[in-house]
Amino acid sequence: MTTTTAKETSELFTPEIRAEIDRWIAKYPPEWKQSAVMGALMIVQENNGGWLTTELMDQVAAYLDMPPIAVYEVATFYSMYELKPVGKHKICVCTNVSCMTNKSDLIVEHLENKLGIGFGEVTEDGRFSLKEVECLGACGGAPMMQIGKQYYENLTPEIVDAILEGLE
Amino acid sequence: MANEVCLRTLDLERPWLIEQYQSRGGYQVLKKILSEKTAPDAIIEEVKRSGLRGRGGAGFPTGLKWSFISRNAPGQKYVVCNSDEGEPGTFKDRDILRYNPHQLIEGMVIAGYAIGASRGYNYIRGEFWEPYERFEQALEEAREAGFLGENILGSGFDFELHSHLGAGAYICGEETALLESIEGKKGQPRYKPPFPAHFGLYGCPTIINNTESLASIPMIMEKGGEWFADIGVKNSGGSKLFSISGNINNPGVFEIPMGTPFSELLEMAGGMKDGRKIKAVIPGGSSAPVIPGEQMMALNMDYDSIAGAGSMLGSGAVIVLDDSNCMVKILERMSYFYHEESCGQCTPCREGTGWLYRIVHRIETGQGRQEDLDLLDDVADKISGKTICALGDAAAMPVQGMLRHFRHEFQYHIDHKRCMVGVG
Amino acid sequence: MTDSTVTIEVDGQALEAKAGTMLIDVTDAAGITLPRFCYHKKLSVAANCRMCLVEVEKVPKPLPACATPVTDGMKVYTRSPKALAAQKGTMEFLLINHPLDCPICDQGGECELQDVAIGYGRDVSRYSEGKRVVADKNIGPLIATDMTRCIHCTRCVRFGEEIAGIRELGATGRGEHMVIGTYIEKSVDSELSGNVIDLCPVGALTSKPFRFNARAWELIQVEGVAPHDSIGSNLNLHLRGNQVMRVHPRDNESINETWISDRDRFSYEGLYSSDRLTTPMIKKSGEWIEVNWEMALEMAAAGLGEIQEQDQVGALLSPTATLEELYLAQKLIRGLGSNSIDSRLRQGDFRLDAGLKQATWLGLKISEIDSLDAALVVGGNLRKEQPILAHRLRKAALAGATIHFITPLQLELNYESRQSISTPAEMVTRLAAVAKAAGAKGSGSLTTLLNSVEVDEFAAAAAEALKGGDGCAVILGAMAQSHPDYSLLYSLAVSLAEACGAKVSVLPEAGNSVGAQLAGAVPHLLPGGKSAQSAGPDALSMLKLPRKGYLLLGVEPGVDFHNPALSQSALQSADTVVALSAYRTPELEACCDILLPMAIFSETSGTYVNAEGVWQRTRGAVKPQGEARPGWKILRVLGNLLNQQGFDYTDPDEIGEELHALCNGASLDNKPVQGLDLEPKLGLDGLQRGGDTPLYASDPLVRRASALQQTKDAGQGVMRLHPKEAERQGLNSAENAVIKQNGYQATLPVALDDAIPEGCVWISTGLRSTSMLGQPFGEVTVEKA
Repeated sequence: MTTTTAKETSELFTPEIRAEIDRWIAKYPPEWKQSAVMGALMIVQENNGGWLTTELMDQVAAYLDMPPIAVYEVATFYSMYELKPVGKHKICVCTNVSCMTNKSDLIVEHLENKLGIGFGEVTEDGRFSLKEVECLGACGGAPMMQIGKQYYENLTPEIVDAILEGLE
Repeated sequence: MANEVCLRTLDLERPWLIEQYQSRGGYQVLKKILSEKTAPDAIIEEVKRSGLRGRGGAGFPTGLKWSFISRNAPGQKYVVCNSDEGEPGTFKDRDILRYNPHQLIEGMVIAGYAIGASRGYNYIRGEFWEPYERFEQALEEAREAGFLGENILGSGFDFELHSHLGAGAYICGEETALLESIEGKKGQPRYKPPFPAHFGLYGCPTIINNTESLASIPMIMEKGGEWFADIGVKNSGGSKLFSISGNINNPGVFEIPMGTPFSELLEMAGGMKDGRKIKAVIPGGSSAPVIPGEQMMALNMDYDSIAGAGSMLGSGAVIVLDDSNCMVKILERMSYFYHEESCGQCTPCREGTGWLYRIVHRIETGQGRQEDLDLLDDVADKISGKTICALGDAAAMPVQGMLRHFRHEFQYHIDHKRCMVGVG
Repeated sequence: MTDSTVTIEVDGQALEAKAGTMLIDVTDAAGITLPRFCYHKKLSVAANCRMCLVEVEKVPKPLPACATPVTDGMKVYTRSPKALAAQKGTMEFLLINHPLDCPICDQGGECELQDVAIGYGRDVSRYSEGKRVVADKNIGPLIATDMTRCIHCTRCVRFGEEIAGIRELGATGRGEHMVIGTYIEKSVDSELSGNVIDLCPVGALTSKPFRFNARAWELIQVEGVAPHDSIGSNLNLHLRGNQVMRVHPRDNESINETWISDRDRFSYEGLYSSDRLTTPMIKKSGEWIEVNWEMALEMAAAGLGEIQEQDQVGALLSPTATLEELYLAQKLIRGLGSNSIDSRLRQGDFRLDAGLKQATWLGLKISEIDSLDAALVVGGNLRKEQPILAHRLRKAALAGATIHFITPLQLELNYESRQSISTPAEMVTRLAAVAKAAGAKGSGSLTTLLNSVEVDEFAAAAAEALKGGDGCAVILGAMAQSHPDYSLLYSLAVSLAEACGAKVSVLPEAGNSVGAQLAGAVPHLLPGGKSAQSAGPDALSMLKLPRKGYLLLGVEPGVDFHNPALSQSALQSADTVVALSAYRTPELEACCDILLPMAIFSETSGTYVNAEGVWQRTRGAVKPQGEARPGWKILRVLGNLLNQQGFDYTDPDEIGEELHALCNGASLDNKPVQGLDLEPKLGLDGLQRGGDTPLYASDPLVRRASALQQTKDAGQGVMRLHPKEAERQGLNSAENAVIKQNGYQATLPVALDDAIPEGCVWISTGLRSTSMLGQPFGEVTVEKA
């Protein structure tokens, strides 16, 4: 038995996620539901442990009446979308010029040693992943990193230790 | 004369709250405009008089930009704020969003009134979660207070404003890429013409201004264009936020008059760290060609002075480098950035930024060849001016600047397969 | 922008152009060559490849000619040092990541990058790093990918969005990592997908069936015309020796523009099917034996000549045959005293023939479809019937035309439209409702019908849209034509169109459906499209009341007929069946007595008259296979053997010219004479069957094109029904079900599909797996197998 029945959009996602996506949709003209794709992907990613599966992207496409490829294009263009599993805490370290000249390499080295992973990798227990990022616009607090939604600035190895300890 | 415009409420406790903003006269000028029904053209004239130039980096006169919109054309028009702050070294708009969001909102409402737009979006880079939440809270407060929405203060003027969150792409700071991004697409810049004033967001006439530019509007309207212009110098009206970072003691955002000597700014920023010697300054974000330290010490922080030294004021992001830095390594990092951030649509940028990076990388790692410096110059030249947007130029300019002033360091790397300064 | 003419100067040459025209269009028109990759005259401007950069006086940076509108007095230099430096710079960038292994690339020798590199490239690459490598995904049986060769011009991506109307290919990733593709492993399913092969300037997207079979410089190009749909798309056939190696579009702005459908592009593979009939054969005591032509023809003539009774020799002719074949076949049969001639083998209702005094046609020019203001399509899945027409209708829709559909299944459309989906029987009342809303008048039973229906919101909206008059059309598609109440649908369409001042458009089924009417290959019209004094039996009547003998031309029992099962039983009951066929099939062997191997498609010269009445002549490009002969020659000899007059042709042109002279003054007209009194035949009760002919089941050649047969549009012998209907029928968990129809039955897999209306079960025809069943519409019962 095969079925080509398309899922009703009301069957996609949980009511909470739908409500959040609908908040984004409401910001734009009715004929521009597609404008909500970035917000929708971010919400869906957050609710999926920080990364996007093809199925989730397809569901976003269906929810916003977009061709799936248009969603893939967006998801692969912007660096904050993850297409592979990441750690519970995604540690993004800036290594651009202002951070670099303030020894971000020491912070990276410290994190790599401490967690036993390099950029693009996830710790075995799935708690942390490391990502090298471009300037996050906090050069006054160089070197800096972002974990989740939070910025951490003026880092030293000791401060990094304290921050990681404070995470669940 | 510091902190008179965008950071004028910084000394207050929790300055992002509407009551704090209003305690300094916030929203008064909007009320005045709406109640007096100030002619939109008069507002645009005032902005022109202020000499305000785009604070995002391009420095295009803001008033002139607004005047390109045909106000009476039918259909929706949009005001879009560019808070996609991503030019390496720049972190000023983040402070406006965090500490003075209402002044930005007020500026955007005035802009909407001036060009006849009833909708606006503030594009905030995706990583700026805290600033985004501050701004969202401010939007709520402003709606509550009747400064946003339908029939603002009973004037009959409607203006709805939303924020749009980016998701990590430097290129969305380019105004047409930003529009594409709001439309739910990849941030690939559009070919111009048509310019956004004619064909912008959703195909409608649109003005796009930097956060700092729009946040400057209320004070310009309150105290007059002339007042603003007089703060600065010729061709560089007003005060400006400078984000200063690098090897200095007190990095941060400083609002100072245009034309302030760089040496004064450096002093405000606590001077050089560890007492080291200033080697070079990138005066306007990483796209701006580097200027040797001594030369920079004699320049003023305004458009003409920096341009006169072969660089640009850009976004006012000043990266100060001391003599421990290897310029090859600095350029390698910057070239990597442009290679990473190229959107990929134009051939010269898609292919050329990677090539530039790979050449600098091999010089940095001791694999450089004698012909590499000429090759770098040539590849940079072949990207420059050949692409749809300015990212190609932005990738080429740091290369050209470095080779202009520090060619000997690159040559040393090639000849000796190691760094001159011993840190690279 | 104004319409004013401006004068510009390009390389010192003064040129005039409309203000605002893009510079590259002006230089192209003047024959000034500019290198380009992303620019394509039929696609939006991307300006991303940066190859057409030129120097414009007073502009500091070089400008892309494809995106620079001309202004008066503009001075352009396309080959100044600055322009050349920019162009050469771009070329160098394009080549740094492009493999330099042209000898092993399928595009080698016809590659735009290779060509331009000769003019603008360097001898030695200055780029010494490793090149980008892109992993390929399988995107289906038609298009081969080698994305490492991609230069990111995005023509294919824009084609999907702008022309095909479905975005299947995209550009994922960014910067140097940007990749053109489907992102996930997925077949590209557009019926126009093959055009990206032509659009791709390099060897990234190539033809999978053609890949590595020949080199461009080994090929000879000859012109051809596609026989499958009524457009008559213009082709270039690429030959090596005596073999058609591939098919490309030939530009014809008024017909196919610069595109062809995948059916027209890949059907040539059917020429080389293993079941080609290559020698004449006769059935002797139930055994098929190979004989020489002389013997086969003599037996055929004897068999057909023996039948003396009027109308007892029936001719069933393929509408994909050439005009010359159709004309000679009817001439032969009429010479035998029979008017049993038809080429409308899939049509379901012929009651209207009595009222049709002229040949029916598209009702407007193909190119006029682009600018329709509104259309009501009745029983037409245009994308899967006539892909190029569907593309043109989409153009109209994108330009603002209002399109409505009355359809027996939900259509996958690529533009805004409204569909009224109902069981086949209800289509009649739904169309009647639109006609009523438009204030249509009818007579007799039509009046009764109009009076009995209620105007709903859809009907009112559709009628309102059609009131735009001349720019509006009521279009009758293939599913309307195979409907048992086609005559009624037709009459309603005419009444509706009259009430609105709109046009009636009949979508002719195949490449020569209009030609067949002009050639007299229909029972009610004589050559020249003149009304016959006494009409013979139509295709369906000829089978319902079986003839003593049949002449088949290019058709296969079971799959080319309205009623597959009936076609086989009727033919089997005849005394003599002579088939001119390119293929040998079990069904033909079961029904026929004599099989005459016939040339097909590019193997024969002939004329096609397309939907808008344009005559297009083609030349035989390759020799027929084995002992196969062109159909006109076989028919000529049969005429001679039967001692008929006027069969002395030495050249097919003589036949075409003879018919052309007969057609002098003939006109195409969809308006029937009034006064037909028609009752609906299809009952509203019970479970109804619906059925279409899948895109790649349309004719013998296509059914043998192996790559096309691997696509979704090849169709499947399954029973599709709405999940709710399946539940009602107790089939929601059934793997297979038995369907019974008028004494025929079949066991078929069940597929749930909410595109099918409730009360209906959908089974396609044209497939061997469903050929044991009857007509595509009518009452059926189903039960779990």
